[in-house]
Amino acid sequence: MTDTLQPETLPTEALAAPSPKAPVPIRARVSRSVAWILLAFLIFITLFPFYWALRTALTTNPDLFAGDNGLVPQNPTELNFLRVLGQATEEEIRISSGRENSGSFDYLQALRNSVIIATVIAVGQVFFSALAAYAFSRLRFAGRDKLFFLYLTGLMIPPVFTLIPNLLLIRGDFWLFQVSGESLDFLPFYESQGVFLLNTLPGVIAPFFLMTPFAVFFLRQFFLGINRSLEEAALIDGASHARIFRSVILPIATPQMVTLGVLTYVAAWNEYLWPLVVARAEEVQPMTVALGIFSSQQPGTAPDWAGLMAGTLLGALPVIVIFLVFGRRLVDSIQFSGIK
Amino acid sequence: MAEAVSDISGSTKKLNLYGGWRAAFPFLLPSLIGFFFFFLLPTGRGIYLSFTDWNLLANSGDFIGAENYDRLFDDSLFWKSVRVTIWYVVINIVTQTLLAIGIAVVMDRLTKSAFVRAVVLLPYLIPNVIVTLLFVWLLDPSFGIINEFIASIPIIGFESTYFTSIDGVIPTIAAVMTWRHMGYTALLIFAGLQTIPKSLYEAAALDGASELQILRRITVPLLRPVLALVLVITVIGSFQVFDAVQVGTGGFGGRPGGPINQSRVIYLYIFENAFNFNDLGYASAISVVLLVVLMIVTAFQLKILRAGESDLA
Repeated sequence: MTDTLQPETLPTEALAAPSPKAPVPIRARVSRSVAWILLAFLIFITLFPFYWALRTALTTNPDLFAGDNGLVPQNPTELNFLRVLGQATEEEIRISSGRENSGSFDYLQALRNSVIIATVIAVGQVFFSALAAYAFSRLRFAGRDKLFFLYLTGLMIPPVFTLIPNLLLIRGDFWLFQVSGESLDFLPFYESQGVFLLNTLPGVIAPFFLMTPFAVFFLRQFFLGINRSLEEAALIDGASHARIFRSVILPIATPQMVTLGVLTYVAAWNEYLWPLVVARAEEVQPMTVALGIFSSQQPGTAPDWAGLMAGTLLGALPVIVIFLVFGRRLVDSIQFSGIK
Repeated sequence: MAEAVSDISGSTKKLNLYGGWRAAFPFLLPSLIGFFFFFLLPTGRGIYLSFTDWNLLANSGDFIGAENYDRLFDDSLFWKSVRVTIWYVVINIVTQTLLAIGIAVVMDRLTKSAFVRAVVLLPYLIPNVIVTLLFVWLLDPSFGIINEFIASIPIIGFESTYFTSIDGVIPTIAAVMTWRHMGYTALLIFAGLQTIPKSLYEAAALDGASELQILRRITVPLLRPVLALVLVITVIGSFQVFDAVQVGTGGFGGRPGGPINQSRVIYLYIFENAFNFNDLGYASAISVVLLVVLMIVTAFQLKILRAGESDLA
């Protein structure tokens, strides 16, 4: 399934685009041209908003409100980007935002938080889910299929349903007993805000760190397809399951685990509702929440569009980099996950 | 040597080599912890909370039986949020699915270019918050380029205030979310198209079938299992719209859900009850209703679309 990206000479293509010798029916030619135009239009619609954001971010607010809305800005400026990054002087802020003090958010801090959250979630979730997937696809134990089915029912639960109970848990209320935050200093990135994991990065990360039903399901499907003969030979030679997992399964499954990792990374990067609830403190807010708050602080009339678009583009930049590096692999994996 | 091997595998393989909880436990432990604390426990607790008047700030509450559910029945804002959400889902799913089928078919027939498919996927990778902010600007009533463009077309001259329009806010959010998801959906459908034997198209073309006939008689029927899966995923996702409403209608000092409750979707109503009114019990009751509704919708869809079967068999 994954190699459908290669341009294959399929019978339909041969039919749709016959060799020059065979006369192409006019109707087919017309419909092909129309289809190409539609495709070009689709690409335009997809890319134009990004271009327009960039074009807006390169204009000062006063210019914008004075009607500078051509395809290319009249007086391009990088001041808005500097402003959002906190690198602009007061004079430059006044020029580019058109008012005395523009809103700003700590871009680098939000970036740092998003990178930590998404990286830790992607690595942890993929690794621990792979361990579980190994057990479900290779080991035999009582109740295995029932347990797997139970995991799958987790797919049906909408995130908002577990949002409130999870928040209580992160506040240290385990239903039967209450936990305080004093003994948690051993956790990485943990700076206690007083209430267990509330307003800490581990609190934002925790629900997605050890597993999601989808990750276990995805990897189990893949592991089931791996030929077992190598493992069986290793087992007979007395290798432990830990050893087989490490030296047989992991090397074979690395591409799929990277793919799942990238999908998980993007999903964690895009998460908004959960951090909005558990990361009320500015120091631990990821990019999505910081941008949302930045925008909600704008005045209702004449908001700081130039600054907002600069922040928006900077906020999307890391995902765009991931897209440029992994775009093709993501396309493959989404097709794979859809077909399974 | 060969005898020894067969001896070992014969006597112990079934019992020990693949075996038992003792071997499985270390592999399962992390996921069991994660599943227990963040799926199982909160599910039970969410149901329990819906029968209490739990307060977010006090972190306490009493068992009050089905009172929250009684209250739901008479809560006109709740029913409003249900209507708004369903209206959103209908617009979003219809436009998104039709466009995605169109894109997938065009890509399938026209080009195998990885570049095209990657571009098509791009919006799906951008966070909802960012997508919404982009469109709040593009659709700004006074300075947005889209209004400017539409107003410049003679005769049509149509203008809307989009995110602040009473009738337009839900269609606007649905359209923005369609923009973000149609490429992703198209890729899923595109993958399904690859499973249809090309010989069928050949035969149809030889018989002189038109493109539209091929689409109706071959592509769509054979695509049904994939389409069913895609619809289940996208409908469930669509019911959960939140980010776009919160950012798109709440930005710039306003309160999300407006104008006059026209965009207060069910997720937002749950969020408000929990975190603006601190009423976790009532918010949990609405969540339980949402969970049940989603399960019914899923089961219903799978039945209607006969997801398991393909006409290919």
